[in-house]
Amino acid sequence: MRIRIDRGRCQGAGQCALNAPELFDQSDDDGLVVVLDDRPPPALRHKARLAEQLCPNSVIRVLEAEDDG
Amino acid sequence: MSVASPTPFPAPLPTRRGCPFDPPDGYGELRRDRPISRLAFPDGKIGWLLTRYEDVRAVLEDVRFSSDRRHASSPVRAFPVRDGDPRIPGSLIGMDPPEHTRYRRLVTRWFTVRRMRGLAPRIERIVADHLDAMERTGPPVDLVEAFARPIPSLVICELLGVPYAERADFQRWTATLFRLDEPKESVYAARDALWDYMRSLVTVKRQLPDDALLSQLIHSEDPSAGLTNQELTGLGQLLLIAGHETTANMLALGTFALLCHPEQAHTLRTRPDLVDNAVEELLRYLTIVQFGVVRVAREDIEFAGVRILQGETVVASIAAANRDPERFADPDELDITRSAAHHIAFGHGVHQCLGQQLARMEMRAGYPALFQRFPSLRLAVPADQVPLRDDMFIYGVHRLPVTWQG
Repeated sequence: MRIRIDRGRCQGAGQCALNAPELFDQSDDDGLVVVLDDRPPPALRHKARLAEQLCPNSVIRVLEAEDDG
Repeated sequence: MSVASPTPFPAPLPTRRGCPFDPPDGYGELRRDRPISRLAFPDGKIGWLLTRYEDVRAVLEDVRFSSDRRHASSPVRAFPVRDGDPRIPGSLIGMDPPEHTRYRRLVTRWFTVRRMRGLAPRIERIVADHLDAMERTGPPVDLVEAFARPIPSLVICELLGVPYAERADFQRWTATLFRLDEPKESVYAARDALWDYMRSLVTVKRQLPDDALLSQLIHSEDPSAGLTNQELTGLGQLLLIAGHETTANMLALGTFALLCHPEQAHTLRTRPDLVDNAVEELLRYLTIVQFGVVRVAREDIEFAGVRILQGETVVASIAAANRDPERFADPDELDITRSAAHHIAFGHGVHQCLGQQLARMEMRAGYPALFQRFPSLRLAVPADQVPLRDDMFIYGVHRLPVTWQG
């Protein structure tokens, strides 16, 4: 599993940092998303998926292993 | 997905509530039978009303729908616009990218999850101070006056650098701006007064800066900032209004809902681990942005089986979406043990609430402390005598008389 982000779309709502703090944070400089772990362990799959679903600007994409390239 | 079949007969926005906590009657039928329906606006124009979760989310993240409401219809009253009124500079809520992006980027770092968590001790202190004052006064008290309104007002004043002593003025102007049946002239007067107040505050901050947000924006080292006094005034008044009015209503209406669902209040009091769930569920269940979010089609748009024409106004009902049974099981039940994280009470898309993490911190500090301090808290009047804010853009209660065993 791999996390990809499109930071240019981020508006800093903070849904990811709130709901999946193991994987996401916000920069002190601009408030936008920072990925802490772009290859999360399987135990955090549901949190990665939740962050993907809750992001109001479709910034986050969670790719399963076969898409990993 | 089923194909929407819009009604050929445009109807006005449903506004009559059967229950103080449920969206107005009629939304349930609309969502089931005509989730994309024709809407008749008070100005005589015809637009669209969306009531399904999936559609509401889709329209709010679709850049073909504009947030510039200068030419939009309002679902509940005509927007009072004077001839020659310029658009409010810096007021990003009515802007589209990339203009919106510029302003949002300047303030986003002030409202991050981490930064708002850092405010927790101060917010908890403010909550405790107001609970102390309630105890000293003794029952009964109006919870809006004693608790729900002052707490977020004080917090946003400290964050922005607005003198809290001047709250009576800006609270009164905000109430005037948000009241539906307010005469145009008094809306104009309140708008001018708020503008002049914030404009003079910006001048003060230029000369006597402090550590709070307004001063920091003015004296930012970021060369891309360079905001004019007009922009600072518009941005400052938006943050001030949004920062105190919304959370105040969630605190009061949320308390009213918990008092009418004593088993939920009991769970909140005895299960502190559920406080985050409770906050999200109250946001979902109550959705105080009661008349929906207004967008305007920039072009002709094929949307979920209908053709929306350029210039038509679309009302996305986030209150109806948050009660969509396809998204939330038993949506009309208040259940603070559920995970309601998918609610869109803060909106969706680029305009999703900038201050949402601040609002969450205020609620997670406020509700449990209130119910723990006063375990016997109850309404001091029958529930049907609590005056509801049906007449305001933001829903809530005008007063909430409560009592407890002293």
